[in-house]
Amino acid sequence: MTTATISPAAGNVFEARGLTKTYGSGALRFEALRGIDLDIANGESLAIVGKSGSGKSTLMHILALLDSATSGSLTVAGKDAKSLTTQELNRLRNQEFGFVFQQFFMIPNATVLENVIMPLKIAGVDASERRRRGMEVLELVEMADKAANRATNLSGGQKQRMIIARALANRPRAIFADEPTGNLDSATGEVIEDLLFDLNATQGITLIIVTHDEELAARCQRRVYLKDGLVVDSGAVSASGVRA
Amino acid sequence: MNLAEILRTAISNTFRSRLRTTLTVLAIFVGAFTLTLTNGIGTGIRNYIASQTSSLGGDDLITVMKASLTEQGGFGPSSEGPTPYDPDKTMLSAGPGFSFEALTDADIAVVESIPGILEAEPLRIVVPDYVQYGDGTPYELSVNPSPPELSVDLVAGAYFAPRGTYDATADGAVGGELYLPVSYVEPLGFASPAAAIGSQVTIGVSDAFGSQHLVTARVAGVQQASLFGDSALLSHDLSESLFAAQTTGLPEAVTAVYQSATARFAAGASQAQVDAIKQALGEEGLAGITMADRLGSFQTVLDAIIGVLNAFAVIALVAAGFGIINTLLMSVQERTREIGLMKAMGLGAGKIFGLFSAEAVFIGFLGSAIGSLVAIVLGSVISDVLANGFLSDLQGLRILSFDWVSVLGVILLVMFIAFLAGTLPARSAARLDPIDALRYE
Repeated sequence: MTTATISPAAGNVFEARGLTKTYGSGALRFEALRGIDLDIANGESLAIVGKSGSGKSTLMHILALLDSATSGSLTVAGKDAKSLTTQELNRLRNQEFGFVFQQFFMIPNATVLENVIMPLKIAGVDASERRRRGMEVLELVEMADKAANRATNLSGGQKQRMIIARALANRPRAIFADEPTGNLDSATGEVIEDLLFDLNATQGITLIIVTHDEELAARCQRRVYLKDGLVVDSGAVSASGVRA
Repeated sequence: MNLAEILRTAISNTFRSRLRTTLTVLAIFVGAFTLTLTNGIGTGIRNYIASQTSSLGGDDLITVMKASLTEQGGFGPSSEGPTPYDPDKTMLSAGPGFSFEALTDADIAVVESIPGILEAEPLRIVVPDYVQYGDGTPYELSVNPSPPELSVDLVAGAYFAPRGTYDATADGAVGGELYLPVSYVEPLGFASPAAAIGSQVTIGVSDAFGSQHLVTARVAGVQQASLFGDSALLSHDLSESLFAAQTTGLPEAVTAVYQSATARFAAGASQAQVDAIKQALGEEGLAGITMADRLGSFQTVLDAIIGVLNAFAVIALVAAGFGIINTLLMSVQERTREIGLMKAMGLGAGKIFGLFSAEAVFIGFLGSAIGSLVAIVLGSVISDVLANGFLSDLQGLRILSFDWVSVLGVILLVMFIAFLAGTLPARSAARLDPIDALRYE
């Protein structure tokens, strides 16, 4: 079995063609996405920008293989998303993707380290290796001294750094960040942004940020603007085009 | 996540909401406690009966009587209608107005000829008037009609010498040996059961003409009080001596008829072999009852009572099962986001199901292990107190006995019920859509 792996050399990590997503039916029918074409190159940083209800979160969920499109095609690391088995999907999300959410989504009563090693635990990494890699990523986000603290006792910025450490634990090739600074004050938010863009620059991790924050979006190499489920504008800094 | 990891995580999850877990465990505790106790009572009584019945006669004995005797047992109309009179039947009178068809020596020979039967011997019913030691007070004595070879629970003394090897003259014209019930020891004037061993007691027996004969007997052993009354067991020689005295002057037509006979078959014979013997007896107009048959009805009643008690305990467990469902549904509700997150991070639905099922099973294990343990400790104490208290007359009875197989069975059963209860919440957790779960507020 050839597993879908995002190799650093690969051109496009994601290739979406005519993605649509429809919720409900009849009178309640709601089209969240109405035909999205989007290529994301390996190692780039991309902002998906839009107001709430524009379909940006839905698009991210589909790209992250958390949801499936109603129609259209999606290729992830050269493989058709529809052809992936549940196991392959789980493996991809676990090994290749990292997730950073606005609401953190952590296990409140567990320690920082326990939260960080969750993806490793799911991956079946043994306990001592989990600890080693957990401390390694906590070191990276400068949270090693908080490893034994309860997650709830952290400040907002610390929580988000912990979540980034968690997203990094399995050494992913792509990080999905949904409003990563939405719950943080601007100074803290900037620290988090620096951290994310630094990872993108130094480790070549593909960064896909969903946001309505123009300033954050401006720091990305490329921006895709969504409105009512369609790409309305794309500001490309890099040469790679957007087939909007 | 491998199985060990799932188990470890499930166990630590169990303790995340301590109060709720404790309450659920308590509910299971009650059920498991009750079930272990009722099982303990069943085991205790069964053990007691088994030890008592080993004193009733071996498993290799079958009591043989005329088939008509067993058929007449029931009241109410017989499906076969009235039985025609047969003047050639040998009837044995057992007092005025009551007589029954008896066995004769010819019948005994027939029994012995049946394949599988090793030997058969008529049951001599001896009715002694009294037993007396020296010049002490005479006491009435009832006789256990079982064959002398049965293994009795002896407090002191030794088993009878094998049949035919007892030298009566060596002890001075003694009729034979007997085991004295322990309750006779003091009244007869012995200091202790051990002091009675080897002593000679006098047994008075009357014949049909009213004259009393005295037979001397040697006390071979003192037997434990038993569920089946305080009756003395006589050696073959003593039975014969007493029977001879009892039937002094009677014609053989009267003495050579028997109510029943005891036949021996090969020890360890299978049920099929025993059934074949019964079949053969039936063809001869005879009926055989083994010890298993006699115990059967008693055991059935006992099993029914224990069964009803167990049913109550299981009802308690089923109620506790709903407690597990409730607890875990709340957990799933509370942890919706966490479940969604784990699924987003690539944890498969099967493993989520496994996590919650394992949690349910662990709660079941906690409740049942603690419940069984407490039941065993408490049961042993109660059992000790009762054995020295108002059950002290029934020596050897431990009303609550626990064997690890049934305790383990209870624990496994509870864990299984817990697993069943856990499937519902586990399924709803496994089916959670990660996106919905992460949006869930």
